[in-house]
Amino acid sequence: MSVLVYAEHDNESLKTETNKLVHAALGASTDIVVLVAGSGCSAIADAAAKISGVSKVILADNEVYLHQLPENIADLVLELSADYTHLFAAATTTGKNFMPRVAALLDVAQISDVIKVVSEDTFVRPIYAGNAIATVQSSDTKKVVTVRAASFDAAANDGNASVEILDTVKTSEKSSFVSAELTVSERPELTAADVIISGGRGMQNGENFALLNGIADKLGAAIGASRAAVDAGFVPNDMQVGQTGKIVAPQLYIAVGISGAIQHLAGMKDSKVIVAINKDEEAPIFSVADYGLVGDLFDILPQLEAAL
Amino acid sequence: MKILVPVKRAVDYNVKVRVKPDNSGVDLNNVKMAINPFCEIAVEEAIRLKEKGVATEVIVVSVGDKACQEQIRTGLALGADRGIHIETEADAVVDSLQVAKLLQKVVEAESPDLIILGKQSIDSDNNQTGQMLAALTGMPQGTFASEVVVSDGTVNVKREIDGGLQTVKLTLPAVVTTDLRLNEPRYASLPNIMKAKRKPIDVKPVADFGVDMKSNVTVLKVEAPAQRSGGVKVADVAELVEKLKNEAKVIS
Repeated sequence: MSVLVYAEHDNESLKTETNKLVHAALGASTDIVVLVAGSGCSAIADAAAKISGVSKVILADNEVYLHQLPENIADLVLELSADYTHLFAAATTTGKNFMPRVAALLDVAQISDVIKVVSEDTFVRPIYAGNAIATVQSSDTKKVVTVRAASFDAAANDGNASVEILDTVKTSEKSSFVSAELTVSERPELTAADVIISGGRGMQNGENFALLNGIADKLGAAIGASRAAVDAGFVPNDMQVGQTGKIVAPQLYIAVGISGAIQHLAGMKDSKVIVAINKDEEAPIFSVADYGLVGDLFDILPQLEAAL
Repeated sequence: MKILVPVKRAVDYNVKVRVKPDNSGVDLNNVKMAINPFCEIAVEEAIRLKEKGVATEVIVVSVGDKACQEQIRTGLALGADRGIHIETEADAVVDSLQVAKLLQKVVEAESPDLIILGKQSIDSDNNQTGQMLAALTGMPQGTFASEVVVSDGTVNVKREIDGGLQTVKLTLPAVVTTDLRLNEPRYASLPNIMKAKRKPIDVKPVADFGVDMKSNVTVLKVEAPAQRSGGVKVADVAELVEKLKNEAKVIS
């Protein structure tokens, strides 16, 4: 048994999802190898080598992997796959993109969005937007798995694995990167933040989201939003927390003017402590909140900022 | 240009599903079914490309038992030209890999220039079929699309990724999977619903495709999610901050 874990990174830094992936992979095997594929990313391989439980890091550092295009990455992972019984990637837009290609080329099923690794062949995953939880067993010779990182603790960083350089270059003529419009923010990323404050339709417009800034500054929080707020055009899509957006599990989640639609709850209900601020005391969000405060958010937010 | 749009029959998105008491699955008896929302967005995008004069023919294909012809008709009522129904036994559960292999055969027979699918179905939530089909057919892929621009043998796909948006350029033929914000599907008009009844659907039994339909994944049990119990209501901001500091200890 051995697991190849695909490192989540942006060529600048190794994401904590990778530590969580390693933790998840330890449920299937104790022999864990991390693949870092990117460009100019040797520092990331060094960081991955420090994750506890990792026996080796493979570094595929080449320009063709800069944007981690799925055609190239799938072929790279496929070539390495012979040595492993399990292939794990995060269920991020990177992992979701290339991993099913790997599964199809190996002629095996993929187990998506795993929230618990029961054993080497049995996994737990949400279906129907989290309204049901399935336990599934795979008899495929190789298990191809994407992991919902938020459901796992992060492995520590006290390891000391070796880094092996891989010269394999896989590139497709059929696909190329054109451009990216990445959100620039001083705040932590939603999926990595310890504290998140999210606004919903109750914020009324995009300008009012500024009311969350002062509180986020004081708490070192990321700012999120419900799908209703995104669909209404208040804020960009990448701020969306929910089944079809980001799945988060911070220490503290503050939901402001969010009613608590099932698809939003699916994205944040594993948070350690949930606070709901809503003027409708019947709002479903209160049924999952540890602390509920009924009232007008436009009164409450300035008071909260002042009290912190 | 020919566009193939695979669609899936799934539980209507407004339905709150319940787990069966014996934990064998989700109870689908007498539950309203509909075209999977992401698939509907895929059909809409294909129709728009036809209306712009980019596409000449839109084919809707679905894998499932007889009932999924309803969803093929939905696609035809939205404006697709013809349908293909790959018929399975009643209530058969088909994995993404098997669907991708069946679609691969359809692609070989029809040679579409573009295949547009929903990024995932709202029942099994796998998010796999499009990527698997792309791999099996050796095509490039643009997943989670929020904009699709076809020009001269290529397609530019703007993708919704975790940090923002990314645009990739793909050589046709290519696979695109839709995200929520790609478009807002139209409502089918009554005359178009009537017209759709006369459009052809080619029904082919799954056995004709020579695909091994055996799944290597067994569902051991399906349970309702653990309920998080609601906590307490606090009276004001001062009490909230006090609780967060001293009781929950999540802020200092």
